[in-house]
Amino acid sequence: MRRRMPGLDPFTEDHQAFRRTVREFCERELAPHARAWDAAAEFPRALFRTFGELGFFGIRHPPEWGGTGLDWWYVVAYAEELVRCRNAGLAMAMLVHGEMAIPVIADLGTDEQKREFLAPAIRGERIAALAISEPDAGSDVAALRTTARRDGDDLVVNGAKTWITNGARADFLTLAVRTGGPGHEGLSLLLFPTDTPGFQVSRTLEKVGNPSSDTALLFFEDCRVPARWLLGEENQGFYHVMANFQGERLVAAVQAVAGMQLMVEDALRYAGERSAFGRPLARMQVWRHKLAEHLTAIEAARWLTYRACDLLQRGEPAVKEISMAKLFACDLAQRVAYDCMQLHGGMGYVLETDVARAWRDVRVMTIAGGTSEIMKEIISRAAGM
Amino acid sequence: MPLKLLVTAKRVEDPESRIQVKPDGTGIVTEGVNYKLNPFDEIAVEEALRLEEQHGGEVVVVSIGGARAVTELRAALAMGADRGIHVRHDGPLDPVVVSALLAKVFEQEKPDLAILGKQSIDDDQNQAGQYLAERLGLGQATFASKHDSLESEAEQKRLPGLAVSADGTRVTVVREVDGGVETLEVRLPAVVTTDLRLNKPRFASLPGIMKAKKKEIREIPAASLGVDLTPKVAVRKLAAPPARKGGVKVADVDELVRKLRDEAKAV
Repeated sequence: MRRRMPGLDPFTEDHQAFRRTVREFCERELAPHARAWDAAAEFPRALFRTFGELGFFGIRHPPEWGGTGLDWWYVVAYAEELVRCRNAGLAMAMLVHGEMAIPVIADLGTDEQKREFLAPAIRGERIAALAISEPDAGSDVAALRTTARRDGDDLVVNGAKTWITNGARADFLTLAVRTGGPGHEGLSLLLFPTDTPGFQVSRTLEKVGNPSSDTALLFFEDCRVPARWLLGEENQGFYHVMANFQGERLVAAVQAVAGMQLMVEDALRYAGERSAFGRPLARMQVWRHKLAEHLTAIEAARWLTYRACDLLQRGEPAVKEISMAKLFACDLAQRVAYDCMQLHGGMGYVLETDVARAWRDVRVMTIAGGTSEIMKEIISRAAGM
Repeated sequence: MPLKLLVTAKRVEDPESRIQVKPDGTGIVTEGVNYKLNPFDEIAVEEALRLEEQHGGEVVVVSIGGARAVTELRAALAMGADRGIHVRHDGPLDPVVVSALLAKVFEQEKPDLAILGKQSIDDDQNQAGQYLAERLGLGQATFASKHDSLESEAEQKRLPGLAVSADGTRVTVVREVDGGVETLEVRLPAVVTTDLRLNKPRFASLPGIMKAKKKEIREIPAASLGVDLTPKVAVRKLAAPPARKGGVKVADVDELVRKLRDEAKAV
């Protein structure tokens, strides 16, 4: 009898059943409102509860806190299908809440912190934001200046944060603060309730894309929070942040790949419908070859991303591969968006066309969650340069 | 009074898939086609879950078909149904056979109410529910709908549209008829079929999908139920609708009427 090698497909029937739920929910309940929510520059807050009820925020978290305790591939399926809501600001807000701000609580939190912050965030009752970047320190995390000074049983926070997704709506922040000396040895993570006196949302930033997500500039003036809300070890925050970045960057790469796939699907459909000079665009070699190139590159990006996820899932070192996946997928998405928009001609320049909004919204992907330049630094260091 | 509810869950082609007729016209090309729970059955499952939430009881889903029909049973269990029955049958079916098999399952399970989608979106026959009631000698209310809109507060609260009396002997059903709605009261046990505006079905949650894996699905070979499995209706030929031809522009109403009369033969 010939032995068959197992296939590479990481998704089981259960993953696919979950994928169908996410897709149908996005297509039926979210996508029809995508443009209205962009125009209103916000989406309904109640959607956090809905996502919570559907189990979207607790995929990997333990059942005792309301999660489902599953593997990373469910997160991949979720992030891939979420792009079908056709509203990148909404997708980003939900991913920041569920996959960027709260996993570190599940990893490092005390039972009290999990009860106060993680469990209600999994239910979608308390909205979370991840607050790291500052006006003078974005990619350079070790240069953060927001301080948390000990005073008895409290910490007193002073400083500012910027580019904070969910910043205006958040009920609490997973906040990076300086508790020790300069450099990366003096940083800590702190759970910060936004009803703390002295906290202020200075303004919501007007962005190039993702209009439905609130991105805020935050100020802290003598904000007093209990020291027991320190997350993980004091002064080990830099390492916690770096570990947390891995999941965030993987999810960004997954979103980029799924977003590209959707743009090319749109382009293929349009190329079949739209005729010029007596034949459909899909019959023109210039577009056939262009789309064939993109489909090939997207497939490569997908499997680089899956490779990175496989390493992360198995607990192997994955920093290099995750950085490569994010760099490759997010850069590629810029070119794919450009060409898919170009193929749509004039229709690609009006916002009622999905690809036009996708082109606008994809731009942030080489900037947020670690710029492409930072990814290259990480990769070159990992390669011994 | 707790209610026992029997609900159908048919596996149908996903209309979002590309459906192509086989060149010989004997069926459709199944390769690359996705399948899903019949949307009318989805509404039936949702209604049963709401009745169960209101009255207590049990929701049993039944699907007739090949091995893959288990996927649709699991989808209904993931929404919240309690257990499944898979009537295993790999050959062709028609509503006569389906209703005979369902009648046998009904006799075994003895539910208070059977809720079926009014039709399945694959062949749109709209017969199984009516045949089932007739075979069992029960009252039926087809095309169940409700007065409240799908945007109403009652719908947001997931209240059932079917009203079962407190003593569990009757069900009041609002049904869509030409030009309005009709309200029927039917003695239980009964058969109800669901229309589109009865409810908005819930999505299966991730914890629901995981719980569904542990729920019981009992397989019953169709041949064991003592039913004649020969369909009375055979599909002779399937054909795709003719491709739409491009339109023409007309200068005025006279030309339009002339073309409608002479070329389209429509007037």
